Amino acid sequence: MNKNHRVQSSRSLSAVEVKSKFGAEFRRFSLDRSKPGRFDEFYGLLQHVHRIPNVELLVGYADVHGDLLPINNDDNYHKAISTASPLLRLFLQRKEEADYTAFGTDSLTRKKNTVLSAVLLRPDTNRKKPPVIISLPRDFRPVSSIIDVDILPETHRRVRLYKHGQEKPLGFYIRDGSSVRVTAQGLEKLPGIFISRMVPGGLAESTGLLAVNDEVLEVNGIEVAGKSLDQVTDMMIANSHNLIITVKPANQRNNVVRSGGGGAASGSSGRSSDSGASYYGYSSQAAAASMPTHIIQNFPVDELESDDEDLVIEAGGEAEPIRRAPSNYSMPSLPRYEPHLNLRTATTSVSRRSLEEDGTVITL
Amino acid sequence: MKRFRRHGQESQRDRLKQELFQFNKTVEHGFPHQPSALGYSPSLQLLAIGTRSGAIKLYGAPGVEFMGLHDENAAVTQVHFMPHQVELVTLLDDNSLHMWTLRGHKGLSELLEIGRFTLTGPPGAPPSVTRVTAVLAHTSGELLLLGTEGGHVFIVEVPGFRELEERNISLDQVAASVPDDYIGRRNLEHVEALQENPINPNQVVIGYGRGLMVIWDLEKRCAIQHIPATQQLESVWWTEDGSYILSSHSDGSYCRWMVGGEDVNDEEEKSDIPYGHFPCKAISKIIQLPTEEGPPFLLFSGGMPRASYGDRHCITVIHCKTHVALDFTSRIIDFFVIRDGLQHTGDPSALVVLVEEELVVIDLQTDCWPVIQTPYLVPLHSSAITCSHHVSAIPLKLWERVIAAGELQNTHYSKKPWPITGGQNLAPDPPQRDLLLTGHEDGTVHFWDASGVCLYPLYKLSTAGVFHTDADPNDNMNQGAEGEWPPFRKVGCFDPYSDDPRLGIQKIHLCKYSGYLTVAGTAGQILVLELNDEAAEQTVEAKVVDLLQGQEGFRWKGHTRLDVREEPVLFPPGFQPFALVQCQPPAVVTALTLHSEWKLVAFGTSHGFGLYDYQQKNTVLIKCTLNPSDQLAMEGPLSRVKSIKKSLRQSFRRIRRSRVSLRKHHVNNTAKLQEANARLEAELAEMELAPVQRKIEARSSDDSFTGLVRTLYFADTFLSDSSHNTPSLWAGTNGGCVFAYMLRLPPVEHRADEPVTAQPAKEIQLMHRAPVVGIVVLDGHGAPLPEPLEVAHDLARSPDMQGSHQLLVISEEQFKVFTLPKVSAKMKLKLTAVDGSRVRRVGVAWFCSSRTEDYGESGLVVLTNQGDVHVVSLPHVKMQVQYPCIRREDVSGIASCVFTKHGQGFYLISPSEFERFSLSTCYLVEPRCLVEAPLHSGSSSQRRSQPDGASSTHRTRQDSEDAEVLQEIQKSLEGDQTSFLENNVKSAVA
Repeated sequence: MNKNHRVQSSRSLSAVEVKSKFGAEFRRFSLDRSKPGRFDEFYGLLQHVHRIPNVELLVGYADVHGDLLPINNDDNYHKAISTASPLLRLFLQRKEEADYTAFGTDSLTRKKNTVLSAVLLRPDTNRKKPPVIISLPRDFRPVSSIIDVDILPETHRRVRLYKHGQEKPLGFYIRDGSSVRVTAQGLEKLPGIFISRMVPGGLAESTGLLAVNDEVLEVNGIEVAGKSLDQVTDMMIANSHNLIITVKPANQRNNVVRSGGGGAASGSSGRSSDSGASYYGYSSQAAAASMPTHIIQNFPVDELESDDEDLVIEAGGEAEPIRRAPSNYSMPSLPRYEPHLNLRTATTSVSRRSLEEDGTVITL
Repeated sequence: MKRFRRHGQESQRDRLKQELFQFNKTVEHGFPHQPSALGYSPSLQLLAIGTRSGAIKLYGAPGVEFMGLHDENAAVTQVHFMPHQVELVTLLDDNSLHMWTLRGHKGLSELLEIGRFTLTGPPGAPPSVTRVTAVLAHTSGELLLLGTEGGHVFIVEVPGFRELEERNISLDQVAASVPDDYIGRRNLEHVEALQENPINPNQVVIGYGRGLMVIWDLEKRCAIQHIPATQQLESVWWTEDGSYILSSHSDGSYCRWMVGGEDVNDEEEKSDIPYGHFPCKAISKIIQLPTEEGPPFLLFSGGMPRASYGDRHCITVIHCKTHVALDFTSRIIDFFVIRDGLQHTGDPSALVVLVEEELVVIDLQTDCWPVIQTPYLVPLHSSAITCSHHVSAIPLKLWERVIAAGELQNTHYSKKPWPITGGQNLAPDPPQRDLLLTGHEDGTVHFWDASGVCLYPLYKLSTAGVFHTDADPNDNMNQGAEGEWPPFRKVGCFDPYSDDPRLGIQKIHLCKYSGYLTVAGTAGQILVLELNDEAAEQTVEAKVVDLLQGQEGFRWKGHTRLDVREEPVLFPPGFQPFALVQCQPPAVVTALTLHSEWKLVAFGTSHGFGLYDYQQKNTVLIKCTLNPSDQLAMEGPLSRVKSIKKSLRQSFRRIRRSRVSLRKHHVNNTAKLQEANARLEAELAEMELAPVQRKIEARSSDDSFTGLVRTLYFADTFLSDSSHNTPSLWAGTNGGCVFAYMLRLPPVEHRADEPVTAQPAKEIQLMHRAPVVGIVVLDGHGAPLPEPLEVAHDLARSPDMQGSHQLLVISEEQFKVFTLPKVSAKMKLKLTAVDGSRVRRVGVAWFCSSRTEDYGESGLVVLTNQGDVHVVSLPHVKMQVQYPCIRREDVSGIASCVFTKHGQGFYLISPSEFERFSLSTCYLVEPRCLVEAPLHSGSSSQRRSQPDGASSTHRTRQDSEDAEVLQEIQKSLEGDQTSFLENNVKSAVA
């Protein structure tokens, strides 16, 4: 992420051309790339150029991939400015009539390519619960996703939980159990690891992708067969910042059905076939390399190594996370200021709300 | 292209790995856990111990040891050496007999199992018929007599375990000839004892549980004499001259019977209950041995008055007017006596007693019968081991001073050399002097010579003297009251009862160059000690350090601080304390390090850490790491246990109350009551059967004990800028936090008066928040910084200060390298995320190549919670090798592991035993020893069996022929050993 920043900004021109659309009206103006200013100044500028001083706005822009992404704080504003090349296309909406679902990956190109992406991006729960809580657009980042559908057997599901340093607990428990497998010798009972409990309001429950009695097959690409409950627990906790669990759901009715079987999906499966295999390596670089390259995400791969962002406090200086520029941005409603966590870029009102609900979390 | 090149490099690296690393478990130090049998071969001078877990261990001269393990997981109940041979027979709990031998292989002996055998009775016979209760290895070396529970004696030919059915002595045969008035009363019961006539190997005495003893002639296959004892028999001893039989009984009596030709003389010669009048416990074993001049030695175990001293474990030794009841520390397993002379038939010289927790050897030829210090089998757990610390390559000066201090402590031991001298130790001299320090629950630190196969005790330091304890100062081990009967004398050093658990030693750090030692204990005490060759009387001033630093809302519910003696205390030569720090709250010290060049000690507890200047005797720095919301750390160590107890108690109360209330209200309605009870039962069952489940949650700053200090490290490195290196202190916590302080030391000439200062320089919070278990600074070459004073003593290359330094932080989950002075992540190795194991122990070790002498490299040695050991390369943190080492369930074994600087390690396999292992191809300490077949056995049997000289002279000739053959074999095997052998042969032939 940061590398991209540097690359982009290094070849930047001094001015950014801005084309802003509100309703049917367009405004064009320019900003100084090196001195973009703060988001609230920018917001004021937009209201000014569109002559809508008292209208609550939802600001979005089209990024290089054609995704419609929101601008609502200093960080994503700076990101928008720094990645604009050369034109920054803005889309303004009235807050009260905003279409939140417009935001997200492929949002501007979705009409062309609906079937697969719609299924992948909107898990079943989203359809069941129309007031989509977990994908409010201001939350910019996904909470969970199903990945590698093209390479996994249909009976398996690989789920990625995006912790992103939020306060929301992962919120599930695992246990020992046994599963029946079909082998050449007939049916065989093998020990396995299962999800035993979900914490109400936890990340795992809110995704709807994991359920009690699902068998855990892999953790971040590493098979759990032969590992003890404690080992699997430790593996999951060690990966908790970016947990990818492959499960065999107890309920097999909601499996993702592959469309067509061939086509684009098979093209990518060749590339990523190694990610399904059991991996036992020692170098972290290799571990990162084993991540499938085509996983659906709207942030770069190097963010997976989020635990690189250890916090270093220099004597007399200010706290700064490693390899990350400090940002000054206050959150009055945040329950507690947490200097250790990289909340500043990611926390939203959504996670704040869920935090308040989490008071009832039951622990053993 | 790139891939191919890397492949080539890797195969080269793989080759190098094979030259550098190799995993071996080499030797077990200490005292076997749960010994269950003892055997001794006078001709081999070897001692054998069998254990409840089925291990068999042989010991001879120091360094000569062998170990074997029975495949069956059954206790060894008896061990018998075949007379004058290198074979031994073990009897297990499952009634199987095993034949072991010491076989020569490449000039060394190995202990091998060569046969196993289980008695098979006639079809349809009950199992008791063949249940072996007594074993006699016949002096012919060809027969084994097996007495059974059914009262039969089976005769088996060895080796090969061929049953000689026609020679068996069945109960019916014996009973037929027993006088009617005896047999008429009761069954003879099992065979309790089998003994051979020392002067006529054809005669054996069979002792039956009921009391009857029968002398049986093996040749004529008939009973010669019946000895009709009426008490339950415990043991039988045939005196040296063959004229008497001693029998000991369950009522605490022993009898002496004359062995005569005619059956008429069946009156007991002499009967005695040595501790009589009141009922006594059984005498389980009795021995009588003659002396050249004067009365014989009489030794027996047990026989104590049941009511007053029934709980004592005693062996009584009576000689002339001397009568002593040796009072042992634990249950007596067995004992034997070593005798003087080439044929081991002279005066008794030493009594060897195996008790459950130690081996005690008593010198019977020196006045007062002092104890001989054992060179091996030392009870490591004389007080429970609480921590250990290993120091490699001790300078000779310090070594000698420690030994000298230790010798002054050992004045009460006998001066006689160790009497068990079998075998030859062929192991090369250890390349260096290594010390293993063990901290104990009673506040002592034991110094062990860990250089070789024998873990030999050098010196013992006690810290209890600094404090007031509840111990009774008059509780002297070696003094019994005057005129006491029985005349007890306490022997042995096993003493598991700690006066005060707060004294327990938790951390040790010794600087081998300066002789400064720091030890820290359970009640937050940190002592700094200095080696002094003279006794000194001094007051130890305590400095109380408040680690809370004004933190509010704290309630310490744990133990109080130790009470320091204010008056001067006399310290014997050795390590003498001169400074004391007491943490407040007095929580257990969890991290400790010493820098003898800077004269600083850093210590940490669950509340914070401090830096103490032991030259000026003041604290330089105190840092509280406590998280105010961490209730568990706030309340002290006992609260947690208490809360579990409390909750258990509450739940039981609730159940009881509900049952009572049910009874009260629904007494009439039995159906309802039953239903309610059933529901309660179900609830209880559910509570017990609830599946084990684990919570999956990222760590947070609110977890318990995040402030606990796990590791402390001193380094001279670049903390603030890359041009000036400064002394620094690093601390790592349980919550994944690393604190770095820059230290400013005054110049040497003002060291005593100008203050040392510490300034916070850096704080690193690891994102994954796993406990930090190790911190190492790597120099410009990527090598770990040397120990303090190591460079000053020319024992290490000075660190590279030109290139940039790196910081290696080892957490339980990953290894991470940061740049210095600007801390930014450089590389890392994830462990937990990949295989689910966590780092438990870590050390830096130096590995040499087994092929090229001048190549060596540093590596991290790591033990995980799965019990695997890994080597991680430095500075690139790449996993090199992995070996399974400890069972993952063996939590205390994993926790006890300590690494040496040369790739070896120790861990406890039982409370009393260290297993030693090695990851290095070059540094291996393992027993290498040779035991030869006793060559002079022939002449011994000649002397012993004069009555039928013909057969034995024949045997002698055969034996000497054997000896010649053996000698030739040995000659061809190894040139340099022959002179020794020739001498042996000469003496045997002569």
